[in-house]
Amino acid sequence: MFQRIRENKPLQGFLLSSLSNLFMVVLLIIPLILTLVISFGRRAPNGTVIYTFSLDNYIRLAGFDPTCEVPGLFGCFNDLYINILFRSIGLAIATTTFVILMAYPLSYFIARAPIKRRNTFLFLVLVPMWTNFVIRVYAWMMLLRTQGVINGFLGWLLGLFGLNFVPLEMLYTPGAVLVGMVYEYLPFMILPIYTSLEKIDNSLYEAAADLGANTLRTFFRVTLPLSMPGVVAGTILVFIPVMGAFVVSDILGGKQFVLVGNLIQRQFLDARDPTFGSAASLVLMVMTLVVTYFYTRKFGFGEEIVVA
Amino acid sequence: MNPTRRSLFVKISTALVYFFLYAPIIVLITFSFNASKTNVLFGGFISRFGPLQMDGSMVVQSPCGPFHWFCELGKNKDVMNAAGNTMTIALTTTMISVIVGTMAALALQRYNFKLKPFTQMSLYIPIVIPEIVMGIGVLVLFSQIFTFINTALALNGDTQLSMGMGTVILSHIAFCIPFVTLVVQARLQGMDKSYEEAAMDLGANELITFWRVTLPMLMPGVLSGALLAFTLSLDDFVITFFATGPGATTLPIYVYGLLRRIITPQVNALSTVWVLVVFCAVMLTQWLESREA
Repeated sequence: MFQRIRENKPLQGFLLSSLSNLFMVVLLIIPLILTLVISFGRRAPNGTVIYTFSLDNYIRLAGFDPTCEVPGLFGCFNDLYINILFRSIGLAIATTTFVILMAYPLSYFIARAPIKRRNTFLFLVLVPMWTNFVIRVYAWMMLLRTQGVINGFLGWLLGLFGLNFVPLEMLYTPGAVLVGMVYEYLPFMILPIYTSLEKIDNSLYEAAADLGANTLRTFFRVTLPLSMPGVVAGTILVFIPVMGAFVVSDILGGKQFVLVGNLIQRQFLDARDPTFGSAASLVLMVMTLVVTYFYTRKFGFGEEIVVA
Repeated sequence: MNPTRRSLFVKISTALVYFFLYAPIIVLITFSFNASKTNVLFGGFISRFGPLQMDGSMVVQSPCGPFHWFCELGKNKDVMNAAGNTMTIALTTTMISVIVGTMAALALQRYNFKLKPFTQMSLYIPIVIPEIVMGIGVLVLFSQIFTFINTALALNGDTQLSMGMGTVILSHIAFCIPFVTLVVQARLQGMDKSYEEAAMDLGANELITFWRVTLPMLMPGVLSGALLAFTLSLDDFVITFFATGPGATTLPIYVYGLLRRIITPQVNALSTVWVLVVFCAVMLTQWLESREA
């Protein structure tokens, strides 16, 4: 028996991967299939699931009402869920854009720093991430509140000049959610961009300078194209979690600011319609997979994602 | 061209981004020494030691001095309970996911077998789907299984199966394995195979080669994988939120619950302790890695 395992390489590989396969089948594949099955079901009055095959949940998500009695296709059209979807996509795009704009100069700075200091600078990026995800959102709550730190500081500053200060309403606005998202996911962009910038050979810059390119031209013709793998990896690492986020919007955005994540969470906990929540969850998954697929097919999928 | 030359624009934006990263943390830590109980404004530091003295909502004097809120935190049974749960979950998750993840990495990097494409695909999925999708998945799985068993066996009251520590740990392991595999695989890719071949040439069998050559060389990767799994589990809110049940409150879940009610500087004290704990964990792995290298 032992001899057989020793000589059978494929069997060794199978055995080594079997535990991982077991975990992934039971806790990932089966749950996803179950989510799909439930999304075709109906909600029983007591909140449990009736297993049938109905597309009602998907029709409702698209904005149509299966029980509609008004004639015409758009008789009861309701864009509530479509709007939520677009809000999530818009927020994810905005967050990714801001994060790239903030991460790029910092990564460039670190990549061009003397080798000895690079690790220290990178380390400094990671330290704020050592507090908990929820606690970081709480920190922004303290800063943005009407009586919070930012308003307190502004009031003190204007007070020095004898000016009257009306506190700004910053918490529970879309802007607050954006700031919170950017803060949470910034390091996920810095690390991959840094990795690809660090790999650029110094002689390339010298060559560009020798050939008469100025700083801006060197940046757009040499640095930026060569760092694209890092930007792509970072975009995936930021875009996907923002699409499914619900904690940041819950705490910083208030009740009115609903993202796909909040919609799903409320279906499972407050509204108690797991079938509708499952359908929304699957739509979210398919959407991120499609976006990621086309995005990586266009720009390639760098190894930078591993380093992060 | 000087390789370390950076324009003023780069320097200023770097400084601003670092400020953006640190300002919230500094506020958070400063407020953990806040004399004001309501934690809305900073009421100065508590400087005097002695029996507790309050002036309105201000703490004037405390037996722990400036560390008043840390002492209160220590007395808070809910927090201590949640901290215990969080550590149990993180340590168990780290141990199991490191073993399973390393095995999978070896299989993917060194062997060809029938299910390889499946293994690769399944380990890729949790990285490219939003966490909430996986959270909903495990919630649906466990709730359906438990409802089925509870009705089938007519269990009720205390004997009823419900979500708790077990379901959280299982979900965390499944969530961490892909990341461990990724890190260990990266290390395996960069490893020189000639050392192992030399060991085999010198008469060591596969097991001894693995134990004496492969594993020690792989150790830095395994340690980084462990650190990653530990921090992922410690930091996780979403999966825990959906997989948890009575008696399995973790610190992130506890803090999230508090955010909807009154906030005391205790939460800030908790954050300060948290930063210190993770700092020590990182330092420990750095030290272990430098010893291995």
